[in-house]
Amino acid sequence: MALSRVLLGLLAVLMWAVAAEAGVKPDEVLDDPVLEARARALGQQLRCLVCQNQSIDDSDAPLAADIRRLVREQLLAGKSDQEIKDYLVARFGEFILLKPPFTPRTWILWFGPFVVFALGGLLVYVYLRRSRERDLDAADGESLSPEELEKLARLLGEEGAARGQPQAGSS
Amino acid sequence: MATQSLDRPEPRRRSALIYVLPALAFVIIAAALGWGLTRNSQVLPSALLDKPAPEFSLPPIPGRDDHGFSRADLGGEPMVVNVWASWCVPCRAEHPLITRLAEEEGFKVHGINYKDRPEDALAWLQELGDPYTYIGSDQDGRAGIEWGVYGVPETFVIDSRGVIVFKQVGQLTPRVLEEKILPLLRRLREESS
Repeated sequence: MALSRVLLGLLAVLMWAVAAEAGVKPDEVLDDPVLEARARALGQQLRCLVCQNQSIDDSDAPLAADIRRLVREQLLAGKSDQEIKDYLVARFGEFILLKPPFTPRTWILWFGPFVVFALGGLLVYVYLRRSRERDLDAADGESLSPEELEKLARLLGEEGAARGQPQAGSS
Repeated sequence: MATQSLDRPEPRRRSALIYVLPALAFVIIAAALGWGLTRNSQVLPSALLDKPAPEFSLPPIPGRDDHGFSRADLGGEPMVVNVWASWCVPCRAEHPLITRLAEEEGFKVHGINYKDRPEDALAWLQELGDPYTYIGSDQDGRAGIEWGVYGVPETFVIDSRGVIVFKQVGQLTPRVLEEKILPLLRRLREESS
C-alpha cells in the first residue's frame, strides 16, 4: 500500500517534469511580465503546424519555437495581438488559429451543431404531436362506425355479465 | 374531426419518406466523413498562393560562390524556389527532379537552405550536384516563416511577375512534376516570352 503510494507520487513528479519540459523554454521568456502574459495568451491560440493539434506553447517542434520567438519579437516591437495574428494568418493561413474565425466560410462550422439540434428537436416535436393526435383520434367515439360501436357495446356487456362469475374453463 | 378523412391516406406516403430520409441522411453523412477521412490533413491550403512572393533577403551559404538569395532575384521569368536541407531525407529523394527542372527543362531553380549547417549543405551539394542558381542560407528559419514553410521540402513556382502560382508541400514526385509543375512552367514561359 505504502509502496504503491510512493510509486504513484514518483509517477506524478515524473509527469510534471515531462509536462514542464514541453513548450515554452526559460530562455524565451520576456522580462516584461505583461508582454510575456500576452505572449502566453497568444501562444495558446496558435496552432503548431507540425504537430497540428497542439498549440505552439505546448509544442516542442522547432517551428513552434520559431513562432514563439517571432510572437515575442513583434510584441516587443509594439504590435497588437491582432496584428500578430494577421501576420501569421497571411503566411500560414487561417489554420494556424486554433479557434476558427467567425466568417461566412465557417458558418457551417459554428452553426452546424445547432442546426442539427434544432432539426432533431423539430422531428421529435412533430412525431410526438402526430402520435398524440393519433391517440386522440382513437379515443374519439366518432371514429368508430355504428356497427363497431354496437359490437363494442356487446363485448363490454358480455364482460360485465361475466364479471363476478368464476372463470370456468373455455366457452 | 372534419379533416380526418383528408388525413387518412397520408400515413402511407409518409412511411415511404420515413425509409428514404434516414438512407439519404446516411449517404450525406458518409460522404462528408469519407471526404474528411481520406483527405490528407498534413497538406494545408496555402495562404500565399496567387500572392506576390514575400520580402526576404538571405546571405549565401558560406563557401558557395553566389550573392545569396533575396526577393529581388524573383520575377522576370517563371522560376522555381525549392526549400531544402541536408538533414531532410525527402529532399535527397526529390533532388534528381529538381536537377531535371534546371538542367533538362532549362528553368531557373533557386534554393532556400533551411536551418542547415553550411558545411553539411556544401557536402550535400558536392555529393548530389548543384542545380541551383542562387541559394540563400536560412539559418534561423525566419525566411521560412515569411514563405509559410512548415515542412521541408517545399517547392514554389513563381511567375514572371513574382507571384506564387503553385506550391508543393513535401517531396516532389515525378507525377506532380509531369502533371502540374512542368505544364505550368511551360505555359508561363510561353506567356512571358
